[in-house]
Amino acid sequence: MQSINILIVGVGGQGTLLTSRVLGNLASDLGYDVKVSEVHGMAQRGGSVVTHVRFGNKVYSPLIEVGKADILLSFEKMEALRWVHYLKERGMVITNDQSINPMPVITGAAEYPDDILDGLKKSTAEVININALDIAKEIGNIRVTNSVLLGVLAKYTDIDYKNWEKALSHTVPPRTVEINLKAFDKGYNARG
Amino acid sequence: MELMLGNKAVARGAYESGVKVATAYPGTPSTEITEYIANYDEIYTEWSPNEKIALEVAIGASIAGGRAIVSMKHVGLNVAADPLFTVSYTGVNGGLVVVVADDPGMHSSQNEQDSRYYARAAHIPMLEPADSQEAKDFVRLAFEISEKYDTPVLLRLTTRISHSQSLVSLDEPLPISIKEYTKNPQKNVMMPGMARKRHVFVEKRMKGLANDSCEFEINRIEMGNRKIGIITSGIVYQYAKEAFPEASFLKLGMVHPLPKDLILDFASRVETLYVLEELEPIIEEQVKSWGIPAIGKELFSVQGEYTANMIEQAISGIAVNTQPAEELPNRPPVLCPGCPHRAVFHTLNRLKLTATGDIGCYTLGTLSPLEGLDTCVCMGASIGMAHGFEKVRGKDFAKKMVGVIGDSTFIHSGIGGLIDIVYNKGISTILILDNSITAMTGHQDNPSTGRTIKGEEAPILDLVTLVKAVGINNIHVLDPFDLEASRKILRDELEKEEPSVIIFRRPCALLDKSESLPLRIVSEKCKNCGLCMSIGCPAIQKLDEGMVIDDALCNGCGLCERVCRFNAMERVDL
Repeated sequence: MQSINILIVGVGGQGTLLTSRVLGNLASDLGYDVKVSEVHGMAQRGGSVVTHVRFGNKVYSPLIEVGKADILLSFEKMEALRWVHYLKERGMVITNDQSINPMPVITGAAEYPDDILDGLKKSTAEVININALDIAKEIGNIRVTNSVLLGVLAKYTDIDYKNWEKALSHTVPPRTVEINLKAFDKGYNARG
Repeated sequence: MELMLGNKAVARGAYESGVKVATAYPGTPSTEITEYIANYDEIYTEWSPNEKIALEVAIGASIAGGRAIVSMKHVGLNVAADPLFTVSYTGVNGGLVVVVADDPGMHSSQNEQDSRYYARAAHIPMLEPADSQEAKDFVRLAFEISEKYDTPVLLRLTTRISHSQSLVSLDEPLPISIKEYTKNPQKNVMMPGMARKRHVFVEKRMKGLANDSCEFEINRIEMGNRKIGIITSGIVYQYAKEAFPEASFLKLGMVHPLPKDLILDFASRVETLYVLEELEPIIEEQVKSWGIPAIGKELFSVQGEYTANMIEQAISGIAVNTQPAEELPNRPPVLCPGCPHRAVFHTLNRLKLTATGDIGCYTLGTLSPLEGLDTCVCMGASIGMAHGFEKVRGKDFAKKMVGVIGDSTFIHSGIGGLIDIVYNKGISTILILDNSITAMTGHQDNPSTGRTIKGEEAPILDLVTLVKAVGINNIHVLDPFDLEASRKILRDELEKEEPSVIIFRRPCALLDKSESLPLRIVSEKCKNCGLCMSIGCPAIQKLDEGMVIDDALCNGCGLCERVCRFNAMERVDL
């Protein structure tokens, strides 16, 4: 099979890294060759971050090329727009409805765009916008926003719920398994 | 099979190779190697104060008969270069592997130097893996080469190898015992008479290795379509395979010394030969010097990373559009909400001081709106540079400037600069931003934290006593959030015609376990003056309806509350 390419983007500190590791472990559990490329260091301090997940029969590069992503999973709205050119034709965008202003916007040097969803729809008809932060708040911990989003993503794949559950349980810190599973389930059953 | 980061695979390789001692100073993208090694009870592991010391400890371990591994980022190898060049002469007893992680594209670095030059300059063999499996396997091979050829071996990683995960099959650890140690000054004492003889050995060793490397399995030819032949190594091999899966490849696992005969053979079997390597044309220039026609940097830049698209476009000549659809506001990294450094930079900004800076999270204080730093060159440079400023611009200027350095960086290489200031009668005011952790690289312990890498208790280096011992008489320890005291003491110390050290001490916000309620701006009290925006907190935003604090980002540090003149902040009761 051709490799599946999932690009996960967001703001440093939002938990994109953990999400990509769940996906990596899931693909490995399913017997695929898999590569995951992460961001560490300076960008993790509130910068724009991107992780690449690729799996299939044989994967060479750990990086997804522009125009080759099957799914763009974004933890922050403007970041979805920043990376949308990585999407292939008829690819899918799943974005968290949350906006986080970058420093140039906070200082007034730049403006946060107000037509992000329209911008995304110029690239693809498949745009899922979901308020994962509010769902996480309802559960009682904003740190599981990432698992809510993972749940939304899971719904659009043909991989069994049980496999997702297993990969998530094995990847997150042991004492947070329960709340992450709950968040995942809320995302899985949410209406985007 | 296990999905592993390249850095974790290096750690696994060290374990399987029977390593006795592992040392490092943290630095992105190399840091996790040593963190993972520390999980193996069999291996003595330490954070050393800097890379030079880390290498020296590893050399001692090697000569004493144990296998040793030392890890650092590319600029760390500059710090360790002094022992590196001479351990090339002494060679080893137990195997010695020096891991160096380059950062093409400068994801987290101040330059993008190519460490392969060190291999050539110091006459040390260098291996370069292309995925996590090779990262593990090459560590094992590096130790074999090290002991067989009596040489340290460099293992070069790049960010995409260090920080990518791929599948690794695990092996059992080798039964490696500690070798006998016998005193041998002819080999281990590099005085001129001995060093001259060892240099002869080094040249012979490298010649032998260059010959043998034509037979090494890690230098392999993959014949495909003969129209395009590609010589490459490391991560670029993966990009090139992605771009031209049908082409012919000479994949080099050893990038110094090069297998000349193998390269000649490969070149003769393909129509057009390309050399693909990120950063400097190191392989390319050697290949061309042997009279082999090849194409390399004619098509590619010495700056930044390669991509599969870039390679495809350059070789096929067919343009691929890789530009984003629209221009968006940048999102540079920022000091975290609650970061103690923010308060220091707010104070420096208010006092309009010039500040020489250093390497750490606090380098982010350079950016708008704090704009607190004037320079950043390398680890420890802030102190020497402040002294240099004074010697050119005089004492009056020195009274309006500070040197800014973190706790770990001060211990790494700042202390020498402070000794210089005292000795040569400078009057600089040096600020040590002490959050009691090495934060930027992901919270590693250091001599000031009271813990070792293994989590054991350790003596705490007392910075006040240390600073006093080098001859500083004016020392203060302050909470940077005490803005009034900070301003007053800074003004007082700057006026003095003597050097001063102010230690701003407050724990890293990401480690501070004391929970505070987030703040909210009471719109009736807020005058919209924007003063709270001057601290550059990512949680505070100016919207059409007025100033707002994002409670998902606010960590409740209360710095904005201290800055506000209208008492407009209150705690949110969740």
